[in-house]
Amino acid sequence: MFNKHTLTNPPISSLQKQKQRAAFWFLAPMLLVLICVAAWPLLRSIYFSFTDTSLTDLYGGEWVGFKNYLSWKTLSSGRIIYSGTLVDPAWWNAVWNTVKFAVVSVTLETIIGLMVALVLNAEFKGRALVRAAILIPWAIPTIVSAKMWAWMFNDQFGIINDMLLTVGLIDHKIAWTANLDTAMLSVLIVDIWKTTPFMALLCLAGLQMIPRDMYESAKIDGIHPIKVFFQVTLPLVKPALMVAVIFRTLDALRMFDLVYVLTPNSTATKTMSIISRENLIEFDKFAYGSAQSTLLFAIIAIFVALYIWLGKLDLNGDKS
Amino acid sequence: MKKPWKYINAPFLSISIAASVINVAQAEEVVLVSGAVGKDIEILKEIVKPWEQKTGHTLTVFPMPASTTDQFAQYRLWLAAGNADIDVFQTDVIWAPQLANNFVDLTPYTKDIINQHFPSIIESQTSNGKLVALPFFTDAPALYYRKDLLEKYQKAAPTTWQELTATAKEIQTKERQAGNDNMWGFVWQGNSYEGLTCNALEWVKSFGGGQIVEADGSISINNEKAIEALKLAKSWVGNISPAGVLAYQEEDARGVWQTGNAVFMRNWPYAYALGNMETSTIKDQFAVMPLPSGTENGPSAATLGGWNLAVSSYSTKKDASISLIKFLASEEVQKYQALQSSRLPTIMSLYDDPDIKQQQPMIAQWKDVFLQAVPRPSAPTKIKYNEVSSKFFSAVHATLLGSGSAEENLEVLEYELEELKGSRW
Repeated sequence: MFNKHTLTNPPISSLQKQKQRAAFWFLAPMLLVLICVAAWPLLRSIYFSFTDTSLTDLYGGEWVGFKNYLSWKTLSSGRIIYSGTLVDPAWWNAVWNTVKFAVVSVTLETIIGLMVALVLNAEFKGRALVRAAILIPWAIPTIVSAKMWAWMFNDQFGIINDMLLTVGLIDHKIAWTANLDTAMLSVLIVDIWKTTPFMALLCLAGLQMIPRDMYESAKIDGIHPIKVFFQVTLPLVKPALMVAVIFRTLDALRMFDLVYVLTPNSTATKTMSIISRENLIEFDKFAYGSAQSTLLFAIIAIFVALYIWLGKLDLNGDKS
Repeated sequence: MKKPWKYINAPFLSISIAASVINVAQAEEVVLVSGAVGKDIEILKEIVKPWEQKTGHTLTVFPMPASTTDQFAQYRLWLAAGNADIDVFQTDVIWAPQLANNFVDLTPYTKDIINQHFPSIIESQTSNGKLVALPFFTDAPALYYRKDLLEKYQKAAPTTWQELTATAKEIQTKERQAGNDNMWGFVWQGNSYEGLTCNALEWVKSFGGGQIVEADGSISINNEKAIEALKLAKSWVGNISPAGVLAYQEEDARGVWQTGNAVFMRNWPYAYALGNMETSTIKDQFAVMPLPSGTENGPSAATLGGWNLAVSSYSTKKDASISLIKFLASEEVQKYQALQSSRLPTIMSLYDDPDIKQQQPMIAQWKDVFLQAVPRPSAPTKIKYNEVSSKFFSAVHATLLGSGSAEENLEVLEYELEELKGSRW
C-alpha cells in the first residue's frame, strides 16, 4: 500500500521521506541478520560447489570450475566419459523422487485441505473445538510424528496392518516402509496427514474473507451449490489458495526429516536434500554435496519464478 | 555464537573452577563427548572419580544422541572447524581412518599397555601406522536362540546357515500350527543402513566370499561365494523372516524377539541383558552362540563393533586428556564396566577373570565370538569407507528386495567400487 501510494504521487513530501528513512532503519537489523544467516551461507555454498573442498580441509579447496556439475574426458579411443552430479543417476533418482513427492502431496493436500476448510467454514455446534483439534497433526514436530508413524507402519505389531486385516482389506501383513512400492506411499500418507491442517487453515482464512451476502443472493436466485462453489467460492478463494500452494511446494521440494526417519536410505524415497546431506557430511564429498545443494536451490528458485509468472501471483496483495 | 555449550555447561564450569581452586594449579577440566543414554553418563562419572582424585583434573561429559550416524556428522563438523572445546571423543570402530587427521597419535604414550588388548581391535584403530584411538569396550554380534523351543522340537543349535534355515522353518511351521500365528524363524537387521553392511559381511565372509574390499585394497565382492550367500539370505525374506525385516534395525528385531515371536535373532550383546529383564517374556529361555558358518565345519564370522577414545589434535589439554583415556581403557575400569553394565572388555586377560566369569558368564561365552570377529573394510578404504558401505548395503538391500539378482547387483557394485577407488583408495 505504501509503495503504491508513493508511485502514484510522484512528488514526495518531506514527511514521507522521513517515514521511508525510519522504515529503513527499523528494517536494517533484520536485513543484517538475513545477510548473516541466509545470504552469506548461501553464497558460500555456491562458491564451495566450484571448488574441491572437503570437510577435512575446509579452507584448502581450490577452484575447479564446473567439475562438480559436469565434466568430461576424451579417452584415447575417442570415447567420451562424463562425470559430475548432472550425469549422476543417484541425483536424478532423487530429483524424480522429490518432484513426484511434491506434485502428489501438494495436489492431495490442497484438495483435502479445501474440503476440510469448507466443512469448518460452515456453522455447526462445537466448531471451535474441531478447528483446534484438526491442527494437532501439524503441531507435532515432524521427527516425533515420523517415528510414531514408523511404529504404526511396523509390519509385525503396527496398528495399520492390524486394522486393515481386521476389516479384511488385506490378507497378509504388509511391510510398508521396507517395500520399494509402498515406501513412497507411506511417506505420502504421513505427509498428507501432517500438512493438510496447514492447507485447511490457509484455505479457511481465504473462505472467511468471502462476504456472506453473496451466498445469500445465490440462494435466493436458486443457483445449484456446486455451481456456486465453482463460480463464486473457488475464484474468490484462489489468491489465498495460491499462496498456500506455493508455501507447501517450497516445503515439499526441500523435504528432509520425514524421509530421514521413516525410510532411511531407501532409493524409492531419497530426496534431493537427503542426497546432498549424505555427500556433504557422510561421504566427505563436501564440494560435490555443495553442488547438489546449489542445484536444489536453483530448481526451487526457477520453480518459484515460473509459478509466480504463470499464476500471475499477487504477492503484494495490491489487487485483493 | 561459536561455543553455545559453554553456556549450557555453566554449572559444570563453576564446579570445576571450585575444584581447581582447591586442587593443584595445573588441574584441568577435560571435556569428553560421547553418545550415550542417561545411565551410561552417570556410570562414567562414577568411574572417573579415582582418576579425578589422583590427578586433580575433572571430567565434563558432553552427551550426544545415540545414533552413530548423527554423532559422526556432528563430530565431523566440530573437527572440520578445529574446535578446541572438546578434548576427548568417543569414536566408533570404523571411524579411525576417516578422522585420523584430527586426532593425536597415541603410539608413544601407550607402548606399555597396547599388548594387553586384542590385536585385531588395535589394528582397526591404527591408520598409516598412527594409533588414532584407544579401545574402551568392544562389541560383536552373536546368534541368539530359544533354548526352550529347540528342546521342545529336539533340534541342535545350528552351526551352518543352511541348518539354521531348516530348523527355523520347521519350528516356525509347527509353532504356527500350534496356534502361534506370529511366530517367525529368524530376525535380523535388513534396513538399508550400516547395520545391513554388518549382517551381509557376516554372511559373505562365513561363506568364504571375502571382506568386500580386502586389506590390500583389492575389491573382492563380486564372487561365487558372495552370490551364494546373498541368495540364501534372500530366501529368508518372507519365508523364515518377516518381509518387514528389510526395514528393521537392531531395536525392531529385538521387539519381535523379546515378545517371544522369533526362534533365532542376530544381535549385539546389549540385547542379552534386556532379554533377561524381569518384564521380558523370554527371560532365561534363550542362549547365545557364535553366528553360523556358510559351509560344513567352516568358519563363522561376526562383524567387529565397539567404541574407542581419541584425543583431539585441537585440544589445549592434551596431557590431561591422554591420562584420562589411559585410565578409562585400563584393566581396572574395563573390569568395572564388565561387571556393572556387561560391556565387553578389550583386554584379553579379563575374559579369564574369575569375578567376571562368575557374575557375567555371558562375557566369557563371547570370547569365542571375538575370535571370529571380522573388521569392516574401513582401514583399506580410508575416507571413502562410508560411501563404500553405502554402496554395499544398497546393493544387498536391492538384492533382498528382489530388484535385480545377486549376480547383477554385485557386478554393478564391483564396477561402482572400482570407479570410486580410482587409482587408489
